[in-house]
Amino acid sequence: MSTSYLIKKGLDIKLLGDSEKSIVEYAAKRFAIKPTDFLGVFPKMMVAEGDVVKAGQPLFYDKNRSKIIFTSPVSGTVESIKRGAKRKLLEVIIKANDAHDTVAFDVPKSGELTREVVIEQLLASGLWPMIRQRPYSVIANPADKPKTIIIPAFDSAPLAPDYDLIVHGHGDEFQAGLDVIKKLTDGIVHLNVHATLTTSKVFLNSKQVQVNTFSGPHPVGNVSVQLSKLNPMNKGDIVWYLYPQDVLSIGRFFMTGKPDFKRVVALAGSEVLKPVYYKTAVGACIDGLIKGNVTKGENRYISGNVLTGEKIEADGFLGFYDSLITVIPEGNYAEFFGWLLPGLKKFSFSKTFLSWMFPNRKYRLDTNLHGGHRSLVMTGKYEQVFPFDIYPMALLKAIMIEDIDAMENLGIYEIDAEDFALCEVIDTSKTEMQSIVRKGLELMRQEMS
Amino acid sequence: MKALRKFLDKQKPHFEKGGKFEKLHSTFDSVETLLFVPDKVTFAGSHIRDAIDMKRTMIVVFISLVPALLFGMWNIGNLHFLSIGQPTDLWTSFFYGFLKMLPLLIVSYAVGLGIEIIFAQIKGHEVNEGFFVSGLLIPMIIPPETPLWQVAVAVAFAVIFGKEVFGGTGMNIVNPALTARAFLFFAYPGDMSGDKVWIAEKLDGYSGATPLGDALVGNFDNLPSPYDMFMGFIPGSNGETSVLMILIGAVILLVTGVGNWRIMLSVFAGGIVMALLFNLWGANEYMELRAYYHLLMGGFAFGAVFMATDPVTATQTTRGMYIYGFLIGVIAILIRVFNPAYPEGVMLAILLMNVFAPLIDHYVIESNIKKRLKRMKTLVTNS
Repeated sequence: MSTSYLIKKGLDIKLLGDSEKSIVEYAAKRFAIKPTDFLGVFPKMMVAEGDVVKAGQPLFYDKNRSKIIFTSPVSGTVESIKRGAKRKLLEVIIKANDAHDTVAFDVPKSGELTREVVIEQLLASGLWPMIRQRPYSVIANPADKPKTIIIPAFDSAPLAPDYDLIVHGHGDEFQAGLDVIKKLTDGIVHLNVHATLTTSKVFLNSKQVQVNTFSGPHPVGNVSVQLSKLNPMNKGDIVWYLYPQDVLSIGRFFMTGKPDFKRVVALAGSEVLKPVYYKTAVGACIDGLIKGNVTKGENRYISGNVLTGEKIEADGFLGFYDSLITVIPEGNYAEFFGWLLPGLKKFSFSKTFLSWMFPNRKYRLDTNLHGGHRSLVMTGKYEQVFPFDIYPMALLKAIMIEDIDAMENLGIYEIDAEDFALCEVIDTSKTEMQSIVRKGLELMRQEMS
Repeated sequence: MKALRKFLDKQKPHFEKGGKFEKLHSTFDSVETLLFVPDKVTFAGSHIRDAIDMKRTMIVVFISLVPALLFGMWNIGNLHFLSIGQPTDLWTSFFYGFLKMLPLLIVSYAVGLGIEIIFAQIKGHEVNEGFFVSGLLIPMIIPPETPLWQVAVAVAFAVIFGKEVFGGTGMNIVNPALTARAFLFFAYPGDMSGDKVWIAEKLDGYSGATPLGDALVGNFDNLPSPYDMFMGFIPGSNGETSVLMILIGAVILLVTGVGNWRIMLSVFAGGIVMALLFNLWGANEYMELRAYYHLLMGGFAFGAVFMATDPVTATQTTRGMYIYGFLIGVIAILIRVFNPAYPEGVMLAILLMNVFAPLIDHYVIESNIKKRLKRMKTLVTNS
């Protein structure tokens, strides 16, 4: 059974620097797991600096839910444990060795797999954190029974990686992963493909899942948008979600018994000289990728896409959930009468700059804020890029005043911070909407638990 | 430009905390950001941002007002010379009007921006651009001979009690420019209404009544032709007479997406519907006035395009915008025709609906909430 859905509201931001469709091997020397990637996790270390670890060996666990452990993506030595203000754990850095030692697990054959066994194995191997839940986007709770599981098989964000390319030739592993994931829910597993961009047989011929077709501008690839069409979230609903590379990892693990943290990462952005895909592992250090491969000048390195990604340093690490590294120029310059000029080359969703006459132009955008913070003034604009039956401004204001009832009534369970990214981009008042929504979701999570 | 930037960077420390001119920080900041879009970069959330900011938005509104402003200047001069029986050429008329408007503009901006800067300094935030537009709107919606001290008092009242007490641009409930206009209207009615005030330095013998003034006293034979009213060759507030120029402004606002078409359209729709209803009723001559006359007279078009669409004081929900705009149109015509004390109803209609806008939004959002709760209930009962 397949259904198609069309999203009308949204915005595709066309950026320069799309990755070429070829995959290159990249052996990073250092890897890191960043506890900050996992919302709501309170990390407790299980290793110390200097310890030798195998791939799949525990590094730390979540103090709030001690069954959830985080394991090393590679074999090597714990080089350093980086902490920030108030001793907050920031990065556990592993220096990789050539031993390629992996902890071996005794996984039952696929016929003998039950829900309990699957959960137990995923928790022990450290693959469990790949499965997250809505609302709140935290790691799924093994004790919950999700209503459905969602797997978006395409990404609609600017410069997004092409999952068709990534799964190409890995059909068996992907199907094995889906078979395992199907055990986790009594409901439907939704595999959501793009109407025109998804052509891979790996996705289209998947079994055990319901394949749904989506089309329209970004954020059509977002989990919340797809959920709003398939299964609108009500208070108390729990839905799990994961992405194609996570499915591959889970599939490989149950085929071989070895925890798999392989990742194909797209390197993209206007400042990359040769943007291609790299085969590496979760948490890889990006220094080797960008060395001699980016333009000179001050750049912003982002793990993830330009809308929702995390700012990292030039020797920073790939985020646990990311399949994309974006490099764009920093924008720390003052522009003379920038607000007055015709703006033939300025990107704007509004038509207040003459650039609107060139709708197909691809932009080299930098990180300049293009203005100062103001109160919310303009109205009716956010709705044009926000494809939900939700009043974004009303919800934002409810979050700002921490009105729990209002947030609930206005639909906070149906969205995530990333869904406000486009509103944030086009906002005249330069409000940090994603941070506001994230705070609101955290508040709700604490209130509800 | 580089030299200017260097100069600013050199002066900046004096205006920061602990500097010599700490108390002038807001002033410096507003000048600096006027000259240069700041070098601030994104630090959280989206890494890229739209090039639009509040200054850009406001300059677009400003530009959209320019045609009506320039025409208004010419019209002031033209009417003056007509009234003294010495019709003259375009540039003389324009220059006369320009000299009439200039003091009004200067007073409006000086008083308004002065207060804004003081408030920004006290509250420690940047100077909002809102008054950039309000300061232009106010001189455009008053008669040419308004005493300057009255303008100053009205602007001060509007900025302080119409805006800053609520927290500044974005927080105000009623439109500041209309607050100033309403203040003048109720505080100094002698200088704001009647048929003496609309033409600058006119001879007493020349009739200076606006179409609305004529209509109010039943002088329907005196009404100018629809063409004159559309073009704006009539007495009235400084910038509001020419529907043509206002429509040019409307096109600028709509093409750039800064103005809201839903509100504009529904104000006009509300006005025409109410006028047509009056036509059907036809109890007196005013009710029988051809409906489209209402849209050409007085400040209707100006209010619909530039005042009702103020995003801060209008409704914020899509459905709310239709209701809000429509009611403005209806109430404006209602006041015109029914209330002998007020020849023009647009100002009061917009102010009234400004106050009700949050209520309209509340009910629109409430229906969204109900839908959500209902979805949940059906789910619970089904399972």
